[in-house]
Amino acid sequence: MSNAIEVERLTKVYEQGQRGTKPVVAVDHVSFQVQPGEIFGFLGPNGAGKTTTIRMLTGLTQPTSGRASILGFDLFRDVTRIKKQIGVVPERSNLYDELTACGNLEFSMQLYGVPRAEWRPRAGELLEHFRLNEKHNVPFAKLSRGMKRALTIAAALAHRPPLIFLDEPTTGLDVMNARSLRKMIAGLRDQGVTVFLTTHYMEEAERLCDRIAIIVQGQIVALDTVEGLKKTAQNTNIIEITFESETNGAETRRFEDRDVAKAVQTGLAQAKGRRLLALNTIRPTLEDVFVRLTGLDREIMLAEKGGKEPGNAGG
Amino acid sequence: MLADDLRGLYYIALKDLRAYYFKPPNISWGILLPFAFVLAFAIRNPGDLRELVPGLLALTLLFGTSSMEAIVIVVERRIGSLERLLLAPVRLPALLAGKLLGGMVFGLTVTLVVLGIMLAVFGVSGVNWLLLILALLLSAAAFSALGALVSVAVREIFEAQTLANFVRFPMMFLGGVFVPVAALPLGLQILARALPLTYTVEALRAALGIGAAEHAILDLSVLAGFAVILFALAVRILGQRLE
Repeated sequence: MSNAIEVERLTKVYEQGQRGTKPVVAVDHVSFQVQPGEIFGFLGPNGAGKTTTIRMLTGLTQPTSGRASILGFDLFRDVTRIKKQIGVVPERSNLYDELTACGNLEFSMQLYGVPRAEWRPRAGELLEHFRLNEKHNVPFAKLSRGMKRALTIAAALAHRPPLIFLDEPTTGLDVMNARSLRKMIAGLRDQGVTVFLTTHYMEEAERLCDRIAIIVQGQIVALDTVEGLKKTAQNTNIIEITFESETNGAETRRFEDRDVAKAVQTGLAQAKGRRLLALNTIRPTLEDVFVRLTGLDREIMLAEKGGKEPGNAGG
Repeated sequence: MLADDLRGLYYIALKDLRAYYFKPPNISWGILLPFAFVLAFAIRNPGDLRELVPGLLALTLLFGTSSMEAIVIVVERRIGSLERLLLAPVRLPALLAGKLLGGMVFGLTVTLVVLGIMLAVFGVSGVNWLLLILALLLSAAAFSALGALVSVAVREIFEAQTLANFVRFPMMFLGGVFVPVAALPLGLQILARALPLTYTVEALRAALGIGAAEHAILDLSVLAGFAVILFALAVRILGQRLE
């Protein structure tokens, strides 16, 4: 079977409207393939081009140049056919507040031409799968944030698409809801659905994705399996040192070097007489690879995530 | 592809009617507001109340179709749900036509309620039913397209309401609802001829046997022209905005 997604030198340039401003290259000649049935992670810092890439691949934004085919259909010629075959979960849960959970699912099926006889059974099946069957008659506006997210994913799956795009699916969710959603996403792969996933959460990507592309300033800087990406960082030793802070709290910092002894020396030199509380060697994580490739430091990453990562022990 | 468009158009209209239009405040305001204006005018200038019926119907249709239509797209763009429709296998003109159809159905429904009351009070003699149906349908399409154009031209709800009123209120006073266009100063007569409501009032007067019918075809043609041009502009602007 051919690839679910094939992208070749896809580019999006936003011409700026105001005089004197230069065009912005949001996505710069990106190329990649997504195989059928895999969960493909698309990672990058804010403004890297993730959402623009998804918008192009889902027909919301016209690419400036390049080629792409989705499920064998050409993005430039067959966008309506592509739209029939994909499901999209945007970053913001965007179903209709006024419609009930069941009403929203039925409307999704109506738009995609699902036969009338299937509306009720399919809605019931999805509500049960996402543990929302007791909420079938509750307006979307009155659902909790986690339930809204789950229902938004359910709506994207209502017409049984073989390919689904998930844009930051767990952003803003608490630990339990994030875990639950990750299980659902992993379950999609078991059903043979191809998943194109963007996320800020490295552990989420590490647990869920078969392969990952990292995009920085509109260009893909790495594309490999999780293990393949981690191998690129294995020549570096990471030492995590926790000192007593000036306010009697704890301050943890990381130091990297090819030579472990040198990393420890550098770290201890930063102690400046403060009491050492802990010293650990850390195996490079996907986040370390991401930090190195994107140039973002950990504090910026945390700020981008909104301060903390939900559901680290996701399933 | 056409089947996808037609299906999408129908269900988008149905969803809008369920989600936004057929709510008690919309129904009551859609009927009460035009009644209030016409009643105020009738008290100030008592005369043949039957003369005011075409204007009352035209105002009900104008406010019924355009009030919610003017904000629906703004609201859906703000909360992100317009994107759901854009992701569906429905082309942009069909999507917007669905929005238009929702406004039309609601406007025509409240207008038919008012029409029923008026016909019960004043009788049905002299009514040209075909002309009445065509005038109501084409006017509803033109007003709904006007609402859609307002909705795609702005970004905030208050801007939509302001712009809609900026367009509707001068129409209300210049469009022949209260004062015949022929009685206006020449400059205002020319302005009145650029307003769709003028042709609605004229066509409805002819349909209800109150005014001359010789310009009815012209009135209907102009209303159809307004509907097509305003709709095409709305599609174009929405396309540009989304990009």
